[in-house]
Amino acid sequence: MLSLTPEDIQAILLSLKVALTATLLSLPLGFATAWLMVFRPFRGKMLLEVLVNLPLTLPPVVIGYFLLLLLGRNGWAGKFLDAWGMHLVFTWKAAVIASATVGFPLLVRSIRLGMESIDRQLIQASRSLGASWLDTLLTVVLPLSVRGILAGSSLMFARSLGEFGATIIVAGNIPGLTQTIPLAIYDYASSPSSTMMALSLCIVSVVISVSVLFMHEMLGRNLERKESL
Amino acid sequence: MKLQIDVIKTQGNFTLQAAAAVEGQRIGIFGQSGCGKSTLVHLVSGLLQPDRGEITIDGETLFSSAKNISLPPEQRRIAIVFQQAMLFPHLGVKANLLYGYKRCRTANRRIDPTAIIEVLQLEPLLKRGVNRLSGGEKQRVALGRAVLSNPRLLLMDEPLSALDDALRFQIIPYLKSVSAEFGIPYLFISHSVLEMQLMTDRILVMKEGKVTEETTPDQLARNRMAASQTGYLNLLHLHRPSMQNGLYSYPWGTGSLLVSDGIAEKTSLFELSSRDIILFKQHPEAISARNLLECTVMELFRSDGRVGVVLSTFGEKLIAEIVRSAADELDITEGSTIFAAIKASSFRRLD
Repeated sequence: MLSLTPEDIQAILLSLKVALTATLLSLPLGFATAWLMVFRPFRGKMLLEVLVNLPLTLPPVVIGYFLLLLLGRNGWAGKFLDAWGMHLVFTWKAAVIASATVGFPLLVRSIRLGMESIDRQLIQASRSLGASWLDTLLTVVLPLSVRGILAGSSLMFARSLGEFGATIIVAGNIPGLTQTIPLAIYDYASSPSSTMMALSLCIVSVVISVSVLFMHEMLGRNLERKESL
Repeated sequence: MKLQIDVIKTQGNFTLQAAAAVEGQRIGIFGQSGCGKSTLVHLVSGLLQPDRGEITIDGETLFSSAKNISLPPEQRRIAIVFQQAMLFPHLGVKANLLYGYKRCRTANRRIDPTAIIEVLQLEPLLKRGVNRLSGGEKQRVALGRAVLSNPRLLLMDEPLSALDDALRFQIIPYLKSVSAEFGIPYLFISHSVLEMQLMTDRILVMKEGKVTEETTPDQLARNRMAASQTGYLNLLHLHRPSMQNGLYSYPWGTGSLLVSDGIAEKTSLFELSSRDIILFKQHPEAISARNLLECTVMELFRSDGRVGVVLSTFGEKLIAEIVRSAADELDITEGSTIFAAIKASSFRRLD
């Protein structure tokens, strides 16, 4: 049977909160980055491509460490935030930033795939029918990228739920404050008497992941049905 | 509509250097694929910027590198009908139709959706999703969508190339009628001489990125008679046939023509290749061809190694094609009388 302590439930809720916030915050930026890469020719495109994909290849611990340097009290961004009275390191917000950084390439990749499948002539048709580029972006590119956005969001949400390495470095592992499901499992796994507790959280993880995948499939099918009407 | 273009655009190792001034309602741009027709469409519509030069329509500058003017596509009021219909797949037929209309300034809205729906017979399609339309239906909706944006110019970029023969000739009357009915001039881009003959009055011929000549559809067809696989195509609009020994007898000028593939009580468009007309110097005694016409030679013209013979008969005109040695043997001169034989099966019905 599942046995969850109040701390476990907090960890589950925090995991969901962090993953959802990271995904929602990254969406506009991910959409803009994908659009830039697909539709705008500019110098240094390759550099942007490498930068965006970097978190995919770097060990998450390395990303966490860089984030710590950046957001810490003496870090470049940390000083700036300090002046505004904001301290991110070792708060749940740092976990959001860690998740967003690690999941961003997955989000951009999926949206990009969706955008690349849009026929350029549809965009040309829209422009020649009197729509400005922003109008075209919102009424043609955005709706036709929905599948990519959906796939990217699911992937990113799932990746955030599993985020460990970067989070533990930049947000720490404080029960009730920054401890997410993977961090809690890590704690349980280190003590031999807590096997059942660890297993319970693992089952919760599986249930959440399966639900996300199911929802993704269902929404995808819904879209498909609409398109074939 | 008066269109003036003088532009240079380099893309990779292709350079378009087009200079032309053309006036009319039905202008054609003719050329083989890769000659720069589509690039020109993009430049005129603003989807592509020339490296330098000037484009004006009816005196209004759309692009000028000297004056630093470049109107974005949405401000040019030039709608495009593409080779593929390019309907927005996430919108229904009605939303597609109204996409440009909604974005058109009220002051510029001359054409009403109900009128276009009627002319293009779109009513039965309105409730359908665009993925449930046939190729011809899609192209009709695309045409309606373009016209409803109330453009000052329609660019038709090979709008018939993706359709099969039967559909092509079903769509042509729609293309012509919307332009005529709503007074919208168009640029019709194609590599088909026949489409040029059916759709345009003036033609700019393009070759290797340059506008090489300005001509008429008839002149274009004459120039390409020898090189074309089908010769010069005589186009005949025939109507109200009567039956005669299993053949359709169509009134034509002051006489009539016997045709094997007709349709009763309907106006039909027929093509007759210049190569399917056989000329006789004297009246042959008996002949299997069902049409034997006494003609006057109006004009002779050369097209590569062939001779085109412009014939006048029943107050109508036909062009026949013969090799030069045949012209010498028949001793054809302008004003001479000659007999033309045409088989009833040589008339090919297009619609």
